[in-house]
Amino acid sequence: MHILELRDIHAFYGGIQALKGVNLYVDKGEIVTLIGSNGAGKSTTLKTISGQVKPKQGNIFLNGKDITSALPHETAVSGVAQVPEGRRIFPRLTVKENLEMGAFSVKNKKVVAERMEKVFHYFPRIKERLSQRGGTMSGGEQQMLAMGRALMSGPNVLMLDEPSMGLAPIIVEQIFSIIKELNESGMTILLVEQNAYQALQIANRGYVIQTGEILMSGQSSVLLRDDQIKEAYLA
Amino acid sequence: MLAEILHTLPQVLIDGLALGAIYAIVALGYTMVYGILELINFAHGEIFMTGAFIGTAILITLTGLGWIAVMPALLALLLVLVITSVLTGFIGMGIERIAYRPLRKAPKLITLITAIGVSFLLQDLVRFITEVKRGNYILTGPSMFTDRVEVKTSSVLSVFNDASFKESFIIVFVVAAIMMITLDFFINKTKWGTAMRAVAQDRDTSALMGVNVNKVIGLVFFLGSALGGATGVLFAIQYGTIDPYIGFILGLKAFTAAVLGGIGNIRGAMFGGILLGVLEMFASANLTLMTNGVFGAEYKDVFAFAILILVLLFKPEGIFGKVVMEKV
Ligand SMILES: Nc1ncnc2c1ncn2[C@@H]1O[C@H](COP(=O)(O)OP(=O)(O)OP(=O)(O)O)[C@@H](O)[C@H]1O
Ligand SMILES: [Mg+2]
Repeated sequence: MHILELRDIHAFYGGIQALKGVNLYVDKGEIVTLIGSNGAGKSTTLKTISGQVKPKQGNIFLNGKDITSALPHETAVSGVAQVPEGRRIFPRLTVKENLEMGAFSVKNKKVVAERMEKVFHYFPRIKERLSQRGGTMSGGEQQMLAMGRALMSGPNVLMLDEPSMGLAPIIVEQIFSIIKELNESGMTILLVEQNAYQALQIANRGYVIQTGEILMSGQSSVLLRDDQIKEAYLA
Repeated sequence: MLAEILHTLPQVLIDGLALGAIYAIVALGYTMVYGILELINFAHGEIFMTGAFIGTAILITLTGLGWIAVMPALLALLLVLVITSVLTGFIGMGIERIAYRPLRKAPKLITLITAIGVSFLLQDLVRFITEVKRGNYILTGPSMFTDRVEVKTSSVLSVFNDASFKESFIIVFVVAAIMMITLDFFINKTKWGTAMRAVAQDRDTSALMGVNVNKVIGLVFFLGSALGGATGVLFAIQYGTIDPYIGFILGLKAFTAAVLGGIGNIRGAMFGGILLGVLEMFASANLTLMTNGVFGAEYKDVFAFAILILVLLFKPEGIFGKVVMEKV
């Protein structure tokens, strides 16, 4: 059984169809990347999983359980964390409060404290800035905080929507190596990227989406060598 | 002239603080709802009025049963405050559930008009019930805490006159202060308070954190309305007579106070309320004097609102409304 599975997902914004029958799965312990250009439907795919967009047709399964009609907060509580596009840090909450919000559904204070230590382990810079307001952090720091905040819930699946967007190459490098490290410690990851080359470098498998349809999928090593992909996404 | 203004200053401050504390707590209700929904909940003034009636009705009932005579007055007050605030809290939550939530995605103007409709509904409902029960919609509760306390402010500074206040002033002020401090603590230091601020800043992302946004919005309405209802009780005790229309003007002024402090800002609302109350009492005591009798005390509202307009001309976001730097 896949930890996460999308079967024939169709999603609309008003009259515009953004997803036209997306099939995708993620297995436990994998990094799976979803790549595609602007407007391809990557974010929409993540939003259908987290419940922010309701698919008109198709089903989503988490550990075999149908979560298609679950509300966003319910899906979050069932163990899917999404780091949204553009990070979406709470600008007027402090860094610490941002992290605490990530652990909103965690009742046990000791667990929250342990998770926070773990976040500091991955992102030492966050620790120095706990009382700063989220909105005043740099783009790279905000991305790290957004990831840390998502980890606070102790997710089974971590979904990242373009974590490299707008960041300097050296920061992107760091972020990707942390994603890899997280995965090596057992985290299942669904990574949305436009930065196809770097994403495929760390992913086990990849899907290529174009105008709402999965064009191609397979092992990252295979996709990296594919001529069509090389031309369209790795140029 | 200055000397004469100073004569009455202690009394102005006392009366202004009592009125301002009432504005402040009602303003909190407006500012909390605005902060989270960007909705001017016009019905909030009516929640305050409903609280005044519920509280007075309970006091009259307790008096009728002879309980007030045997109960310490403070205990009776506490009981009335708790019952009233729970009831008005649920009324506020109910209004959100029935009238506002279905319109969450509708244009703001539609919700605003609905809120005005809810206001009229509450006014008429309270008026109807009171008339049926009492034959008259103007209600005077049993008098409580009416003993006057003299303050020898003249011994502090000889230019001051002595001031005095009813015992109820202390009640109003202490209860108001407790409510404000508790709310401030709740919002800034607890998990659900943090969730309230998070939902106000970014509803979708809050949901991604596992926060049930509707529950948080319901909580905001409950708290704002509970405080508003309790303030109605304080108002009834301080000023004695109430009618179903007290919520309109007072609501308008409390809303003004919220704007003055920076709408959406909790501490701003508290400050704005106190400031407006003091300004109003100042004008009421000194307008005749300052304008050589051209404008009498009845122009106090014009004075207070002129100040508001001045503040907003120079600081449109209100006194505490900050323009927070946000990097995207
Ligand atoms: N809220 C919305 N209302 C209407 N159309 C939308 C909305 N959000 C997305 N769309 C449309 O749906 C399609 C897919 O958008 P989506 O955001 O999923 O793309 P994406 O692959 O994430 O792109 P990007 O890389 O630019 O983030 C696009 O055509 C977009 O214009
Ligand atoms: Mg996107």
